[in-house]
Amino acid sequence: MSSANLANINLFVNGNMHSIKASPDASLLSVLRHDLGLGGARIGCGLGNCGACTVLVDGRAMQACNTPLWSVGASAVVTLEAHETHAQLQAVRDAFLEEQAAQCGYCINGIMASVAALIMQSPMPTRADIIAVLDERHLCRCGAHPRILRAVDRLLAAQPVSAS
Amino acid sequence: MTITKAPMKLPANLASNPNLSRWAKISADGSIIVRTGKVELGQGAVTALAAIAAAELGVPFHHVRMESGDTTRTPDEAYTAGSFSIEHGGAALRHASALVRSLFAEAAARELGVEPGDITVSDGVFHRPGHNEGRSYADLADKVDLNVDASSLPAPDYLAPPDGDAEITRLDLPQKFSGAAFIQDMNPAGLAHGRVLRPPHPHAKLVFLDRDLIQEMPGVLALVVDGSFVGIAAEREEQAIKAVEVAAKSAQWFIGKQLPPFSVSNDWMADVTPAESSLLLDEAPLEGGEAGQISSVYSRPYIAHGSIGPSSALAHWTDGRLKVWSHSQGVFPLRVDLAKVLGMPVDAIDVIHAHGAGCYGHNAADDVALDAALIARAIDRPVMCQWSRADELSWSPFGAAMRSKLDARVGGDGRIASWTYDVWSPPHVVRPGGATGVNLLAAYHLAEPFEPTPVRSPPQPTGSGDRNAVPIYDLPGRRITHHRLPQGPVRSSALRSLGAHLNVFGIESGMDELAETIGADPLDFRLAHLSDPRARAVLEEAARLANWQSRGAGGEGIGFGLGLARYKSVGGYCAVVAEVEVTEKVRLRAIYAATDCGRVVHTDGVRDQIEGGIVQAASWTLKEAVQWTDEGLTTQGWDTYPILGFAEIPPIHISILNQPDAPPLGAGECAAGPTAAAIGNAIAHALGIRVRNMPLTPERIETAINAS
Repeated sequence: MSSANLANINLFVNGNMHSIKASPDASLLSVLRHDLGLGGARIGCGLGNCGACTVLVDGRAMQACNTPLWSVGASAVVTLEAHETHAQLQAVRDAFLEEQAAQCGYCINGIMASVAALIMQSPMPTRADIIAVLDERHLCRCGAHPRILRAVDRLLAAQPVSAS
Repeated sequence: MTITKAPMKLPANLASNPNLSRWAKISADGSIIVRTGKVELGQGAVTALAAIAAAELGVPFHHVRMESGDTTRTPDEAYTAGSFSIEHGGAALRHASALVRSLFAEAAARELGVEPGDITVSDGVFHRPGHNEGRSYADLADKVDLNVDASSLPAPDYLAPPDGDAEITRLDLPQKFSGAAFIQDMNPAGLAHGRVLRPPHPHAKLVFLDRDLIQEMPGVLALVVDGSFVGIAAEREEQAIKAVEVAAKSAQWFIGKQLPPFSVSNDWMADVTPAESSLLLDEAPLEGGEAGQISSVYSRPYIAHGSIGPSSALAHWTDGRLKVWSHSQGVFPLRVDLAKVLGMPVDAIDVIHAHGAGCYGHNAADDVALDAALIARAIDRPVMCQWSRADELSWSPFGAAMRSKLDARVGGDGRIASWTYDVWSPPHVVRPGGATGVNLLAAYHLAEPFEPTPVRSPPQPTGSGDRNAVPIYDLPGRRITHHRLPQGPVRSSALRSLGAHLNVFGIESGMDELAETIGADPLDFRLAHLSDPRARAVLEEAARLANWQSRGAGGEGIGFGLGLARYKSVGGYCAVVAEVEVTEKVRLRAIYAATDCGRVVHTDGVRDQIEGGIVQAASWTLKEAVQWTDEGLTTQGWDTYPILGFAEIPPIHISILNQPDAPPLGAGECAAGPTAAAIGNAIAHALGIRVRNMPLTPERIETAINAS
């Protein structure tokens, strides 16, 4: 195996600095899943069309499948695995669990990441704002949309989520 | 503690898997493992099965641990399909659980020196009345041998089943909401990544491949070329993807046969000789019926399963044995076909179910298992093989394209006098596991290819392409024919609801069209032909939810439409009212649905399946079509194969009519046909123009308006 195109890269993920050997062109998703063993960000289409791979990068929702490693730099990456230490992600997850907001659950990682990014904004977005983002960036095939939107309603009805 | 006496006859899935150790394992450490051959596909089945088993064992829901779909330990319940998980799988599991509890109650009685009939169980502890002393499952584990044949035991007593509203939450969601949970996330030591280069066209054969170029690429561990099958294993995932890209550029193909021209109404079917034409009903038409008549043709295109996760399998060969992890709907039937292709005994292969993305039927889960096995055979490491999005949308089996024709007449008395319905369709059930032949994609591409398993059409009342071709209504003069076509331009197999999607769309469109010829209200017209009380109840309940009486004359861009069916003619009932607004596009304003799925095991589970069934069927009906040109399939990504999005989801109002004294029926598929019909009828009501070829896109509506 040739390793000519591999470089040493530092990546800040879920509060820890990781040093890995990878191609700078490799996708963030591939590195998270295979080098760091973080399977929470799912492989969906690999083309940025379905949103299953969405993670938080400096608090913004990014589709990790078409985010090359070189573009991440020193940004803080947060994945589903860090939900217990990330206030907004935890609040979103609680609401989704409470509403049993999934069928197969494959798309939910990305949807929760996008919703978490939205509720970190100030002022809080409206239901319509959130639907617009989900419509643009996420696909669900099971038809779990009604319960996902009930989870969003539950979240918006709750007290504002304090920053971590 | 007896609630009811169980039937003497074992439920079918228990009779075929009579050893109780295949259904449960109870250990002295207190673990209560319940085993089912049915698998979790995201539909919540394993959670509902856990509730059924827990109630019958007399243990709290959260005390049972489920094992499912594993050829090494669970019962063989064939496929998780057809809305049968609760109806058949649940019946067998309930009976097995009752037998297990009876054996433990007998052991407790011996320990406590009383008659078994004096023993009661609660929270997993067996008591004699009035005494605190008891024995738990763990206490008795080494005194009960579950390696026993269920048919040798007396019929057990049944306890009260779950009442539907108990505190049941999905067993699989906490992990899916936490991190690695799916087959794609499996990451064993030494994992290699497999990919397949698939032909660019359904009839393309490989002529040339620059093997040296591929083998010298970074990270490539193996190149497996056999006929037109090209598999690659690489150290890293991106290296495997890159190698396939390079292989695709170097490969040369010969396209042996063209596809017939794509048409919105499946005109290619007219040139196909049916493999079989079955006359389902042949009744003499009544006299009269001159008040109104219709002659209408309906169609739907091939529809993709469109799982969000790419089909994947993990395969590992060790010492001549093969172990495969798969999100297949049927690990036992898959094993049968793998054994045929790989030339090895069935029992040298283990197949274990792992969570995948929702599949909604027979997608590429089975195909990729063979891909993984073929690639992994070349290296001494576990291989995760994964399909690309493009292959997922162009090489998976699709839901079959269909076409139907209805000729019917209605009399001045408002009664239908004759009903002639023909439906044409390629096969809907082309799964692995047949006695002969192989139904796995790569097997057809090998240098020595395998023949597909001969298609058998499941008989009525459930049927396949003719599923729900017999109307629910009391009709005279029915002549109904199912023309089963051979495989068409692309491969088809089971997609949620099989032929019911088009047949219910056609029947329910026809009911509206007939009602219109005599100026009858569609609801009244249906009720006048409907004696089944459960069907009437769901229809009237959906109409009540939708405030049907206020729907008005229509024609102004806003419409209400109805759809009704009993799934498979013997399954769950569902009635749907769609409220739509048609401008330059179709907007679903609201959906109202009522369902009767017999006794409800898990109310939120039923709601989930009805909601999801409505949304998915709305997507098929309004948007989806697999399409092709001479070059091959053109719908290879979400941009070219759009599905319903978050901004298009209407409010959905559902009534569940629980029948505590009736057997449970499946909920997964009963909404599909009625939803399609309700939307079609609502668009017709909104515009005064009917579109009969799905998907009901703005372009097709505009064409229909211009043609009127």
